[in-house]
Amino acid sequence: MPSLENITDDLDVWLYQQFGATATFLIESVLIALLAIGLFSILGLVLIMMERKVSAYMQVRLGPNRVGPKGMFQTVADTLKLIVKEGMTPDGADKFLFNLAPFIVMIIAMVILAPLAFSKGFQIWDINIGVLFITAVSSVSVIGILMAGWASNNKYSLLGAMRSGAQIVSYELSAGLSVIAIVVLTGSLRMSDIVASQENGWWLFKGHIPVLIAFVIFIIAITAETNRAPFDLAEAESELTAGFHTEYSGMKFALFFLAEYVNIFIVCAVGATLFLGGWMPLHFGTNTQFNHVMDYIPGIVWFMGKTFFLIFVIMWFRWTFPRLRIDQLLNLEWKYLLPISLFNLLLVTLMAIMGWHF
Amino acid sequence: MYRETEILQEAVAGDLIINVGPQHPSTHGVLHLVITLNGETIKKVEPHLGYIHRSIEKMCESLTFRQFIYVTSKMDYLSSHINNHGCSLCVEKGLQIEVPERAQVIRVLMDELTRLASHQLWWGALGMDVGALTPFFHAFRERELINDIFEETCGTRLTMNYMVPGGVMADLHPNFQRRVHEFIKQFKQKFDEYDELLTDNIIFKNRMQGVGVLSAADAVSYGCTGPVARASGVSSDIRKLYPYEIYNKLQFDEVIETAGDCYSRYMVRMKEMRQSLSIIEQLIDQIPEGEYQAKTKAVLKLPKGEYYSRVETARGEFGVYIVSEGGTTPYRIKFRSPGFSNLSALDHMARGGKIGDLVAIMGSLDLVIPDIDR
Repeated sequence: MPSLENITDDLDVWLYQQFGATATFLIESVLIALLAIGLFSILGLVLIMMERKVSAYMQVRLGPNRVGPKGMFQTVADTLKLIVKEGMTPDGADKFLFNLAPFIVMIIAMVILAPLAFSKGFQIWDINIGVLFITAVSSVSVIGILMAGWASNNKYSLLGAMRSGAQIVSYELSAGLSVIAIVVLTGSLRMSDIVASQENGWWLFKGHIPVLIAFVIFIIAITAETNRAPFDLAEAESELTAGFHTEYSGMKFALFFLAEYVNIFIVCAVGATLFLGGWMPLHFGTNTQFNHVMDYIPGIVWFMGKTFFLIFVIMWFRWTFPRLRIDQLLNLEWKYLLPISLFNLLLVTLMAIMGWHF
Repeated sequence: MYRETEILQEAVAGDLIINVGPQHPSTHGVLHLVITLNGETIKKVEPHLGYIHRSIEKMCESLTFRQFIYVTSKMDYLSSHINNHGCSLCVEKGLQIEVPERAQVIRVLMDELTRLASHQLWWGALGMDVGALTPFFHAFRERELINDIFEETCGTRLTMNYMVPGGVMADLHPNFQRRVHEFIKQFKQKFDEYDELLTDNIIFKNRMQGVGVLSAADAVSYGCTGPVARASGVSSDIRKLYPYEIYNKLQFDEVIETAGDCYSRYMVRMKEMRQSLSIIEQLIDQIPEGEYQAKTKAVLKLPKGEYYSRVETARGEFGVYIVSEGGTTPYRIKFRSPGFSNLSALDHMARGGKIGDLVAIMGSLDLVIPDIDR
């Protein structure tokens, strides 16, 4: 199977021979940081473009088509505009927290990238509690949003931040519980183990009903966690103008905007890893010929394909559904999703103990 | 402007006072709402008007009976045909002008097309208010066809100034019938799509049902008309109650719902679109031949007296009250705009709801601010 494993291993060995252990660690850290920043900027450009094209397609219009071929450089032009814009700080704002908030949101989005397995052996940090790490770190992002809303000294921002706080903290629960369903079946929190457990079939397609339920709950919960419509109450432009980032402009606004898309990518990547087999190719039972052809597609393509499919689904939600009201949003979580996912977890545990899974 | 102290007095500790508007995405114009909140719950809504006041009524006093009609297009810009129609009716009433049948049919056709276009825009804007952005574009796709039809016949797309005392300004464009047929065909196909996008959507239903309930008694006491009153079970269709032009010869139903919440206001307008479509279908192939404008004097002078006429716009009853001293210009003029009365019920409906409810209620009221603030 063509994979990126050998490239990274060869590079590691070569660096070790040339420079010794400490220097290798430093060089690799810098390389990873550069790669992560590069990935983020490309993701920002690609995902914003994708969102605009998807929405245009759904809204019977063309979307950006002027800057560059098929409007591909529209996002670049927009980013350039945001960079040269003045980054305003309102008079009544808490200047330190106001300026810190977008970076916190962004940094947290970057940190979650660490345990993601892009391809076989192509992973920054194969930590043995990978899933727990992702769940734990992603709940910190609410602090950045609360900080932005509170420090702006704007009532709309405050309302948006309060909504966001209530929402993210609530939906963390069912997202976490649905993730645990897979962890129980796999018996490991390590990302690479979870991917490896799906070699004979993705969890979603293995036919376990609790996994299907967990998948649906996971998709709903991550949509809410990333503040996307129909759960975009933190921004809710028709109610709170722009919610927690009402007062932000220029690059600081761009960081929030970028963090939103990076977060979408990351949660979708987690979803693809847990439920859709990560970088594992699609296999159909004993159909060896078909399986062989599928094996020739590199793992990174599989991983990105699955992730982008989930991203498309989330975009599809945004451009189709109306927004929920705040009390309905919390009702949905506490009265429906949380009990269902708790019961589901019980079911999965029973299944795992009795050995009813395969 | 408002007296700030007055508002602050009523607030207690813990209340949040927010200015929604005059520049805000959901007020659809320069409406300014001062809302008092307790957390997310609305305690009070106070609309402040005057940001787009152009004193149209005073302006009309210095314009002749032919000229003042053109100003009224700018009041409710989504139903300029119907505004012009109401004013023309009032002048015709005073001068006892007999409008030719062809002109009457053209007027009714234009009114119903306007109603459709207005409801389409409302549908899209309501979708935006509750957070669905896609309906707006779908609604505009069909509304554009109506605007094209208007443009061909009237020369403009928004402020048509097409109806004049005695009939209409110009004859229909030769393409009119064909293009209306095309529009009907496309709209009928796409109307089911509208239902799929919003009407049957579970989130949309939850957002609208039981929200902003207005009882029939309250609707009457606030002077609500149009779809807002009809959603509360109050019969208020001027086309049925005081038929003008050829409305009494047409087959159509007055749509009445009884729940009085946002969803019934929504359903009233959705069903009204089908009724308007049926009116257009009844008339489009039977436009009688003849004059499109009655012979009138060059200078119109209304006899001394008071005149009132009313028409049904997409938002409710539009009344024109003219006091004439026998001159060439009105002595006093007063318009009864539907939006103003409907807006006055906003506070009553929004109290106790959430911020999201306020936006949904405003969307379901279908406010056009230049109509409220003349």
